[in-house]
Amino acid sequence: MCMRAICPMLNCRDSDVADNLESAGADTANERVLLRAQATLGATIDRSVADKDISSDLVAQVKAAYAAGRMLAIRGGGTKCWWAEELDREVLDTAPHSGIVSYEPTELVLTARAGTRLTDVVAALDSAGQSLPFEPPMFGANATLGGAVACGVSGPRRPWGGAVRDAVLGVELINGAAERLTFGGQVMKNVAGYDVSRLMVGARGTLGVLTQISVKVLPKAECEVTCVLQLERDAALARVVEWNRSPLPLSATCHVVDRLSVRLSGAHAAVEEAAARIGGVRSDDSAEFWCALRDQRSAFFDGAGELWRFSLPHAARMPRCSGEWLIEWAGAQRWLRSATPLGDRPFVEASALGGHAQRWRPSWQSTPLPAAQRELQVRLQQAFDPRGVFRAGRL
Amino acid sequence: MDNEQLVARLQRILGREQVIVDVSALRAFESDGLTAYRTVPRVAVLPNDTAEVQAVLRLCHEHRIPVVPRGAGTGLSGGALPHKDGVLLSLARLNKILQIDGDNRVVRVEPGVRNLAISEAVAPLGLYYAPDPSSQIACSIGGNVAENSGGVHCLKYGLTVHNVLGIRMLTMAGELLEFGGAALDAPGLDLLALLHGSEGMLGVIVEVTVRLLPTPVLARVAMADFPSVEAAGDAVAAIIAAGIVPAGLEMMDNLAIRAAEDFVHVGYPRDAAAILLCELDGSAAEVAVSFERVSEVLRAAGARDVRISKNEAERLQLWKGRKAAFPAVGRLAPDYYCMDGTIPRRRLGEVLRAIADLSAEYGLPVANVFHAGDGNLHPLILYDANQPGELHAAEAMGARILQMCVAVGGTITGEHGVGVEKIDQMCVQFGGGELAQFHRIKAAFDPMTLLNPGKAVPTLRRCAELGGMHVHAGHLPHAELPRF
Repeated sequence: MCMRAICPMLNCRDSDVADNLESAGADTANERVLLRAQATLGATIDRSVADKDISSDLVAQVKAAYAAGRMLAIRGGGTKCWWAEELDREVLDTAPHSGIVSYEPTELVLTARAGTRLTDVVAALDSAGQSLPFEPPMFGANATLGGAVACGVSGPRRPWGGAVRDAVLGVELINGAAERLTFGGQVMKNVAGYDVSRLMVGARGTLGVLTQISVKVLPKAECEVTCVLQLERDAALARVVEWNRSPLPLSATCHVVDRLSVRLSGAHAAVEEAAARIGGVRSDDSAEFWCALRDQRSAFFDGAGELWRFSLPHAARMPRCSGEWLIEWAGAQRWLRSATPLGDRPFVEASALGGHAQRWRPSWQSTPLPAAQRELQVRLQQAFDPRGVFRAGRL
Repeated sequence: MDNEQLVARLQRILGREQVIVDVSALRAFESDGLTAYRTVPRVAVLPNDTAEVQAVLRLCHEHRIPVVPRGAGTGLSGGALPHKDGVLLSLARLNKILQIDGDNRVVRVEPGVRNLAISEAVAPLGLYYAPDPSSQIACSIGGNVAENSGGVHCLKYGLTVHNVLGIRMLTMAGELLEFGGAALDAPGLDLLALLHGSEGMLGVIVEVTVRLLPTPVLARVAMADFPSVEAAGDAVAAIIAAGIVPAGLEMMDNLAIRAAEDFVHVGYPRDAAAILLCELDGSAAEVAVSFERVSEVLRAAGARDVRISKNEAERLQLWKGRKAAFPAVGRLAPDYYCMDGTIPRRRLGEVLRAIADLSAEYGLPVANVFHAGDGNLHPLILYDANQPGELHAAEAMGARILQMCVAVGGTITGEHGVGVEKIDQMCVQFGGGELAQFHRIKAAFDPMTLLNPGKAVPTLRRCAELGGMHVHAGHLPHAELPRF
C-alpha cells in the first residue's frame, strides 16, 4: 500500500485541515492547496503571538560573560547533553527563545527562533504538506531547531534529501563578543559574503549561539513505500550501492542482521515502478520503523557498550572492527555496537577507507583532525569568540 | 624583491614558458568576464601541478606578494581581476580528471577541469554532475566552487555547495589542507561549506571531489503563456503549493519574449505578458502524471495556453529561446546592464511593477528574465553609452533595483558573486558587525591579506556607488558562451 509516512511522535494535522477546506468550499485541487497554505500561515501567525523573543536577554548574558571572562554552556532542549562532557559553567538557555517567525509554504522557507521545538516545526510543515528535507533525529520531545542545526545530525533521508547544512539558508547569531549578526537570508540563492550560515551547522555552538534560523523545506512525497528483503550484509551492501547508481526514488535504506529495508518516496507512479524493481515484501509498520531508526529508539541502539558511527564512501568495504552493524544511507553511514572498548581502531579503519568515525557512546569523540586543520579551526573559533566564552571541547 | 628577482625565482620553480612577463601576453589575463574592470598583473604563472602551485605560494608568502587565483576567467563580477603588484595564478593547467568512481558516485578532479567535461566523462555510467551554470562549456570546477555557481536546475538539484563532497586547498602560506572526500560528511567545522562562494579569498583550490547523480530517464518542458506577470508569478507559487518541485522553472517578460522570438524563432507567443518554462524529470510514467497536474495548475492560474515538449528536440527548442535571452536583448540597444538580485518569489509582482516605474522614471527600457524557482531576477537595463548621461542613469537605476531586492528580503547577488563589481552593495546588504566578522574569517586563513586582496568584502570605509555587468555594442566577454 502506498501511504504518507506519519511519525507517531508527531501530530499530523493533515486531516483536520482537509476537513476545514471542504467546508470552506474549495473547488479545485489547486484552490485546496492554496487554501491549505493560507490556513497554515494563519495558524502560524496565531502561534507566534504566544511565542517569545528573548534575544536581548541572551545578548545581555553573553555580554556579561564576555566582560567578566566567564564561559557559558549553550543549552537548547537538552536532548543531546549526553553528547558532551558535563560542563560546570553558567547555562545559556535558548529554549525560551522560541516561535516560528515566518513560514511561507510557497516560498519553501521557514524561519524560526532557535528554541522552537522540532515537533512544532514539523507540525507546522505537516499541515501544509511539507517537511524538513534532512529528517532530523529527535532524541526527545524537547529537541529544538537550534540544537538540530548546531549539532548538524541528519536522518535516514540524508543521501537523497540533503544534510542539515544543505537546507540552511540564513541564521542570526550572537558571537563571543556579544554582537548580534545576521548572515544569509530567506532566499535559495545568495552568494553575498562568506557562507557563515552553513559554517554554523555542526559547529556545536563553538562559534556563537544561534538565535534564529531560516531553512529550506520541501513538499512531502506523494507516496512512500518500504520494501523489505532478506539479505546478508555483503549482498545487501552490493545491492544498495547498485540501486544508488540508478535513477530510483530512494529515500532511506537500513540493513540490520539479515534484513534490508528500502524506503522509496516520490510520485505514485515512480514509487510503484521502483518497488517492482526492488522486490521483497512491502512493510506495514514502515513509518514507525523509520522514525525509531531516526531517533535511535530501534532495538539495535539499546544496551550497554560502545556505539560508533562510521561515515564512509557508499561502497567502502566493512571496517575491520568487531561488533554488530547497522548500515544506512546506501552504505555511507554505518553504526557499530561493541560490548568491548575499541580504542582508536575505528578512527584508523575509517581513515583508511576514506571516511571518518565518531564514538557516540559512552562519550562523544571524533576522528582527530590533522594538526594544520586543527590550528585553522582554532583560529576561526577565535575569530568568532575572542575570549572563549563558548569555548568547549565539543568539536 | 624587485621584478627581476621575482621572475628569476618563479622561473626556477616553473619552466620558463610558464612564467609570463611580456605585457602584451599579460593582457590575456587583465580581466575576467567583467571586462569593465582591467588591470595588468605584475606577472602571470601557469603551474602544472599542486607542488608547483605550492612553491609559488610559499615564495609569494615569504615576500608578501599578493596572489590572485584564476580559473577559466568566465566570472561575471571581477573576482579574478589581477592585482597590479601581484602574481596572477592561473589554475588552467591543472585540468586532469583524477578518478571516476561510479559505485561511490563521485569524481575527483583538478580545479581547471571544465564543468561540462565532468558530465561528459561520466555519461557512459548513466551519471552526471548537476550544477549547470550558463558558461558550463568553458567555466572550470575550481571557479564554480569559488563562486558557488548555480544554473537553471538549482531548485531541485542545488548549487555547487550541495554537489561537492571534498576539497584539497593550499593556504596562502602554502599549507595543504583537505576537507571532506568521498564520504557524505567530515569531522570538525564545515570548512567545505565556507569555501564555497569565498571567491578565492581563503585558499587556492587544487582538487575537488564532486558528487554525481543518476541521469533521469526522461525530461520534458512545458511552456505556459500568461496575460500578466502577476498571473505567471502566482502560477509559480501554485506549482510549489501543489507539492511539485520542477527540475527547472524560468520566467520571461514580454520584452524578453519578443527579443528572444525575433532572434531564434522558437514559437514563443509575442503577445504574452509573460511565459513560464517548467521542466519536469523522472521516469516516463512519473513525468506524464506530473504534467497532467502541472497543466491543471497552470490553467487554473490563468495560463492562456500550455505547450508540452513531445520529444527531446522540442524540449531543447523551447529552452533555446530562454538561453538566448541575453544576446537577444543585446540586439535591442547598444548596451545593456545585467543585474543579479534575488527576491522572495511572492514579492515578484511588486518588484516588477517597481522596476517598470523606474524604467519610466529613467527613460530606459528593461527586459526581465527570472530564475523563478529560485527567486533570482536578472533585469537587463537597455542603454546607449554614447548618449551622455545614459550610463550613469543605468547605474543609478541598477543601484535602486538592488536596494529594492535587499528591502524586500532578498540579496544583491544570487549567482554572479561580489568580486569587485558589487563590493559597494555589500554595504547595503550587511552591517558593520557582519563585515568585520568576514574580515576576521579572512584573517584566520590569510592573516597578511595577500590572497585576492580587496575583493568581495569592502572595508568599513567604502560604501558608495553601485556597479554591474556592462556590455557595450554586443561585445560580450566570452561571446561564444550562452548567458542565462
